This record gives sequence, C-alpha cells and structure tokens, in this order.
Amino acid sequence: MGRPGVDLAYLVAAVAFILALKGLSSPRSARRGNLIGAAGAVLATVVVLTTEHLAHLPEILAVMVLGGGVGVLAARRVAMTAMPQLVALFNGVGGGAAALVAVLEFTGRGHQPLGTGAATVFAIVVGSVSFSGSALTFAKLQELMTTRPVVLPAGRWVSVGTAVAVLVAAAWLAATGGGSPATLVLVVLAVLALIFGVLFVLPVGGADVPIVISLLNAFTGLSVAASGYLLGNVLLIVAGTLVGASGTILTRLMAQAMGRPLTSTLFGAFQARDATAVTAGAADRPVRTGSPEDVAIMLGYARKVVLVPGYGLAVAQGQHALRELAELLVDRGVAVEYGIHPVAGRMPGHMNVLLAEANVPYDQLKEMDQANSEMSSTDVALVVGANDVVNPAARTSPGSPIYGMPILNVDQAQSIVFLKRSMRPGFAGIDNELLFDPKTTMLFGDAKDSLTKVVAAVKGL
Amino acid sequence: MTSGVGLLTIFVLAVFVGFEVVAKVSTMLHTPLMSGANAIHGVILVGAILVAGRASGAVELTLGLVAVALAAANMVGGFVVTDRMLEMFRGRSAPGQPRPAPSGSADRRGGS
Repeated sequence: MGRPGVDLAYLVAAVAFILALKGLSSPRSARRGNLIGAAGAVLATVVVLTTEHLAHLPEILAVMVLGGGVGVLAARRVAMTAMPQLVALFNGVGGGAAALVAVLEFTGRGHQPLGTGAATVFAIVVGSVSFSGSALTFAKLQELMTTRPVVLPAGRWVSVGTAVAVLVAAAWLAATGGGSPATLVLVVLAVLALIFGVLFVLPVGGADVPIVISLLNAFTGLSVAASGYLLGNVLLIVAGTLVGASGTILTRLMAQAMGRPLTSTLFGAFQARDATAVTAGAADRPVRTGSPEDVAIMLGYARKVVLVPGYGLAVAQGQHALRELAELLVDRGVAVEYGIHPVAGRMPGHMNVLLAEANVPYDQLKEMDQANSEMSSTDVALVVGANDVVNPAARTSPGSPIYGMPILNVDQAQSIVFLKRSMRPGFAGIDNELLFDPKTTMLFGDAKDSLTKVVAAVKGL
Repeated sequence: MTSGVGLLTIFVLAVFVGFEVVAKVSTMLHTPLMSGANAIHGVILVGAILVAGRASGAVELTLGLVAVALAAANMVGGFVVTDRMLEMFRGRSAPGQPRPAPSGSADRRGGS
C-alpha cells in the first residue's frame, strides 16, 4: 500500500471514531458505536504495522500483546462497581504513552522549529499531568487514601509555583528548540508536570472525582493530538482532538448534573471550608433504629414506596435482593419506584448500569426530577447504601461542599428508612442531618444482608 | 497536507466536530461515553509503534516499547470495558413491551 492508501485508511479510521462518539451518545446505537470505534482502531494499528518498514517488529508485537492482554484481563475481571477506577487507570496509561511518544520524537530529531517545540512541550506536560492525576484518582476511588479533599499547607502556592516552573521550562524548551541540555530539561519538565498532576487532584473531594476523570480524559486526548502534530500523523490529530473536545463538553455536562460550575469542583476545597465541621460530635446523638421486621411492616403496608439505591448497595452486591423486595411489594399491591440520582454510584449513569445488570425493569426507574415531584405523596422512602445524594445539606447549608447539588428530596416523604453499614458519612465525607430526623428509621448492616432479612420478613407478613 | 497550517486546520475542524457530536447526551450514557472516548485516544498506539519502530539505542527502544504496552492496554482495555458496560443495556425494552427473559450470564457476572 502506498502513501495515499495509508492516508485513506487513516481517514476511514478517523470517520469510524466520529461515528463511534456519535453512536455512544444515544442508547439505541451505543454498543454498535463502540464496535465501530474498535474496528477503526484495529484498522489503524494493522496499517501502521504493515506499511511503515519498522525495526524491532517482534519486540513491538510482543509488548502489544502483553499490554493488550493485561487490558482485556482487567476489563473483563473488574467488578461493575470498580468501573470508574479502571477507566481512570486506562486514561492515565494513555496519557503516559502520549508523553513518552513526544519525548522520543523530540530527542530523536535535531533542532526544532517553534511550533514543533511547543507541541512537544504541550504533549509532555499534559500527558504527564493526566498520568499522575489519573493515578491519584484511582487511589481515591479505590479508597487507598482518604476520599476527602486534601489541602496541603500553602497547597495553593505550591500548585501555582509548580505551574509557573512548568511554564518556564516549557517556554525555554519551545524557544531554544532542542540542543544538548534539552533531554535534561525534558526530564525536569516531565517530573514537574507529574507533581502538578498530583497537586491538581489532591484538593478534589471524593464525590467530584468522576468529573476530574472526565477532564483528564480530555487532557489525554489533547496530548495525543499534540503528539500527532509532532509525527505529522493526521489520524492522531483527529482522534485526540475529538476526545479533547467531546471530553470537555462531557465534563461540563457532568458538572451541571452535580449542580455547580467546574471551577468550584476543582478549586472549591481552597474556598469556604468552615461549615463542614458544624455537625462534629454527631456520633453521640440519638438515632432511631429498627429491626428488619419493623421495616417490613412499614413497607408492606405502605401505598407507595420509593427505593433510593446508592453505591453501598452495589458494593454489597444487593441489587438482586432489592429487585426481589420490589417484586414482593408490587405483588402486595404497593406502588414501587426507584428514584435514581444522576450521579448515584461513582459516575453519572453508573447506577443505571448496575440496576440494568440486575434486570430491574426499566419503567420502574425514575429520574431525579420525576421522583422528586412524587416524593410528598410517598409513604416510605427506602434509602439503600446512599447518603450524599439525599443529604438536605445540599439545599440548606451554603457552606457545605455539596451545597447546590440537586438531591433526591426523601425528607419530603412521610417516613424514611436508611439501610446503612454505620453512621459513617458518605463518600463526600459530610454528615447527614437526615439520619437524626424523627421520621427516619435506621437499619444497620450490610445492604445485602439487611435486604435479605427484610425480604424474609415481608414474606412472613 | 502535512504542513503545519494543514495540520492546524484539521485540528480546528476536529474541535468543532467533537463539540457537535456529544452536544446532547443523556446522563444515563455519560459513563459509557467517557469510557468510549477514553478508548479512542488509545489510538496513540499508532504513534507509539512509529517511535518504537524507529528507535536507536537501548534506552530509546525501551521507552518506546513501554509506550506501546501502555497504549495497547489503553486501547484494547478501553473498548472491551465500554462494551461490557453497554452490554448491560441490552434487552432493555421500551416501557409497556414484554421484556426478554433475563439472561443467566448477567446474573453470574454480578458476583465477579
């Protein structure tokens, strides 16, 4: 295949990626869209392997199989609940690869024009930030470290200083365009960018991490595009830019679903933090606890029940038990609906995926607005493993980190039942006043165990 | 088309396409869309293969091969994990229509 043939194949792959993104935007065509994207990627890989007269081909094929194999294994083995971490991880390694490509392409040549220098620096810095930032989001989501915002003493100045150092090193490299100390500067630049990536993610609270993953995803895309510019490869430019642009839009949409601007998501921890400690010492306050039988009676004799599933349900793998409970209640003539918060779980849409996995009928799933409009006529709101998405602090306390986030107004239901492991606050690390409300009943324990007991009790009514 | 301005043109046009394509997407699909976009930038594999294939010296080759392995994991893993997510939406019928029988495989996977 000659040069025009190669370019034509890249064009086909680029169109495949556009169709993939287009397809992924609608439920009907999503899966087909993803397959089209995969086909485009395979085509591009085969073309580059067969037409470029590469050295070291056996080694390249070997590590490709190795990397791809690890990717497939991780993708197939991971639990649905751990999906966000895995996406973060894949994104990080992609950013790392883009940065490495830029480093090698730059050192492999002599003196560079300004545009190429700038693209190199951009790819290295943004790719490195994406790599270390994604690694940290992984640590937060996997709960290897605290999920609360971490603000280092003078953290803001360390961040700003690192950013300035990155810019200075970048400008120097872009302007001088190579030369003998260039490799050293590149290494310094990459290390600074890695540090900056960590500082960038540290102050972000656990609940906001998915938005940051989406942003870093867009970063990696742009880094890939810059690498493509260096290599003069049109496909990399198109694919990287598509992801960069669509990722930016998606990040904004996600931030909107959380009900606040992106800037407060990223930098909110540096601002008002005083109000978070208001309910300290809450553990000593009385709460009303109930037995599974109490809960079964409340549910069994209700006219209308709204189920509010959260991440805790998914962790306990209690989706099937919840569906069984819902079916039992429907058989008893109780009207049952699921109220799904847009960010229930760990990512927007995550809970829909998890419930679909458990074969919950689609028509019982109500989006937040619809569920809220019916909440005041609801007898019992059963909150299973959720906390932040029903926390009224989002409406009532302006200092709270989640203030402004739309929530499911379960406090408007006649009574509320929380199935929770403990009084521990939710992922965002904020206490929930609702747990102490007189119309709230707590049933402590693993969500699946509790649900199974409640199911048994309902059967015995 | 490989001149600087030509590449810049492609870049700018791609920005607009990227904005347009995802302008309207329901929250339900945010997660798969992010994951799918994530897989697409795995095409950096093409770049990694190119630099690894031209590498001279052990250090360059090693770094190039590391890039190939990382990019391959990103690309292959990304598409597979997105497909697994979207598989969950399969068989979801519109309200009112009979649902297909629940597949046993989905249940088994729940515990993995």
